[in-house]
Amino acid sequence: MEKKFNRRKMLGGTVGVVGLAGGAQLLGTPGPSDRSVPGAHEAGVMTTTGEVDLTQFDPSQFLEYFDYGQVSELPGGQTLREWEIVAIDQEIEIAPGVYFPAWTYNGQVPGPTLRCTEGDRLRIRFANGGSHAHTIHFHGFHPAEMDGVFEVIMPGGEFVYEFDADPFGLHLYHCHSVPLKRHIHKGLYGAFIVDPPEARPEAREMVMVMNGFDTNFDGDNEVYAVNTVAFHYHRHPIPVKVQERVRIYLLNLLEFDLINSLHVHGHFFDVFRTGTRLTSDEFTDTLMMCQGERHILELEFRHPGKFMFHAHQSEFAELGWMGFFEVQEPTS
Amino acid sequence: MKQWIRGLLPIGLLAVLLTLFFYYGPLGIFLAAFPPVEELTIERIVLPEPNHITLHVINGGPHPVTIAQVTVDDAFWQYWTEPENHTISRLAQLEIHIPYPWVEGETHEVSLLTSTGLTFSREIPVATQSPLVDSTYLWTFSLLGIYAGVIPVFLGLLWYPFLREMTASWLSFFLSLTVGLLVFLAVDTFHEALESADAVPGAFQGVSLVAIGIVGTLLTLLYLSHLKAGRSDKESPQGRYWTAFMIALGIGFHNLGEGLAIGSSYAVGEIALGTFLVVGFTLHNITEGLGIVAPIAKDTPSILRLVGLGSIAGMPTILGTWIGGFSFSPLWVVLFLSIGVGAILQVIYELTLMLVKRQEIPLNSAYNLSGFLLGLGIMYGTGLLVVA
Repeated sequence: MEKKFNRRKMLGGTVGVVGLAGGAQLLGTPGPSDRSVPGAHEAGVMTTTGEVDLTQFDPSQFLEYFDYGQVSELPGGQTLREWEIVAIDQEIEIAPGVYFPAWTYNGQVPGPTLRCTEGDRLRIRFANGGSHAHTIHFHGFHPAEMDGVFEVIMPGGEFVYEFDADPFGLHLYHCHSVPLKRHIHKGLYGAFIVDPPEARPEAREMVMVMNGFDTNFDGDNEVYAVNTVAFHYHRHPIPVKVQERVRIYLLNLLEFDLINSLHVHGHFFDVFRTGTRLTSDEFTDTLMMCQGERHILELEFRHPGKFMFHAHQSEFAELGWMGFFEVQEPTS
Repeated sequence: MKQWIRGLLPIGLLAVLLTLFFYYGPLGIFLAAFPPVEELTIERIVLPEPNHITLHVINGGPHPVTIAQVTVDDAFWQYWTEPENHTISRLAQLEIHIPYPWVEGETHEVSLLTSTGLTFSREIPVATQSPLVDSTYLWTFSLLGIYAGVIPVFLGLLWYPFLREMTASWLSFFLSLTVGLLVFLAVDTFHEALESADAVPGAFQGVSLVAIGIVGTLLTLLYLSHLKAGRSDKESPQGRYWTAFMIALGIGFHNLGEGLAIGSSYAVGEIALGTFLVVGFTLHNITEGLGIVAPIAKDTPSILRLVGLGSIAGMPTILGTWIGGFSFSPLWVVLFLSIGVGAILQVIYELTLMLVKRQEIPLNSAYNLSGFLLGLGIMYGTGLLVVA
């Protein structure tokens, strides 16, 4: 009996590019109470329908939350940071009314943003409370047995990862159990920030993990996002101020698609590739990234108003990877 | 009394079992954590005006399904539904309205994303504004039906004087030819019924419906003609007229199916194809008139009766174009087509019986064989003209 539903119809390819100027009506931010169904002769609104329950996971809070761990000092004077991370099977809402059976670190996707300074001793206690074997594989220098590849932690098992934070930069952590694709796209990943010994200049800092979800498991993403919830920053724009320095820790964890990208409207930004140097590598407004690539971006907004940011693959943008900066005058 | 209790015992026990099952559950074996099987069918897509797409969705699966999001051409798009609740219970329907700037003449694809993440898609092959039920379209569709169904059938009836002068052998030839035509139509209609059954949501069991439609119609008609035969002999003019009437009825159902094809191809914007389709059907159907008059060639039916027979066979084409053009539920199409197959099979049976009873010409004569084969051949040949 032929199945009626179609698991492989989300074709890639170019769809009509949303006009930057002309599409204002189509891209208007609908407020939560705005159930305004456009009249039949209007062209409608390109976004999701309904609201996500943000009590479980709020991307606006995740954006600016950094987990520095339990801090203490080792006898030699070295700083020790400790975290406890548990793998949990957890259903998450990735678009209004769309529930994804995720595998998570600490019940959230992405996992907590772990932050430390170069040279710190890091101790991560990992407990596997999930239904499948998992690991944590950190990017950065560390001994082979701390690599989270061969020591596969079975459900109910535990492991302690311990190594020094090195080098400074923007890194990531993710599960390295096989099948890799499934373990990553189900949600086992997060940002891992190692600050340089001399702190970077003061800035408004935010983490953006570009991700996607293959809800029908056909090897193709149905929903795209930054920080999991489709169109979240489209509905809840990120408030920033004119001339405020903004630093974005941008990571690409998107599975199945070869590349991802970020484009910021009306402004340019400095790119610090992998964040491992303190000098800017590039000055641009569009950045292309492979899976696992991550860069630190810095920009200052010149003009007040609403500025869009999104993947410059129109398809990803229209399937959820799109948001707004709401730039306000410094006085307001 | 005792007899009745014996008959009802299994049913009573079944009721007890079902009650226990519902109250205490099947020991938890169906309570696994995996998401339920969902099966939605986008039955129909209507483009009622610019910037508006309407989907008619039916839930043919075992569980209620909640539609969470809608994409058009790989972009999430806001939508609203009638009724407002996005959850469709089993066998229930939902209308989804998407304000979307569709492009005339181009292809679009709509996809429904359910709460569990499954997707159900359907293509709009050629976007064009859907016809509204108004006098212009009714007239257009009627005209299409008249060209494709009514005119050719009546032209075919004009063979009546020609057939009257036939010798017994040649009349047998033409009766066999009619059987050939009908066998072809039966196969063709059966195929269409099965094809349409594919589009019917699983719970409605399209293929079983085809079987029920065919067998039910065939047996009912056989019974009716048996009643009729009780009153008047098959070999009497009255009996032969009855056969002609049944042929006309069977062909009428078949033509209804052709009307559906024309109307729906017009509705989805394939009218360029539709023109050729109409010409093809016209040629194809002219032989149907011949089939109707062959059994009554030696009688003298009134003009009124001939017109009546022609109308029964031809007019359903018009009805078909209306149904196909304005609303297209595969379920009804399957029903109509399978009734058509049953009706045609019954006629084939009656005609064959008539041929067997014709004492002067044996059934396996060259006349009968060549007539039968020619009938199949004509239908196949003119069928080549119908490229839809």
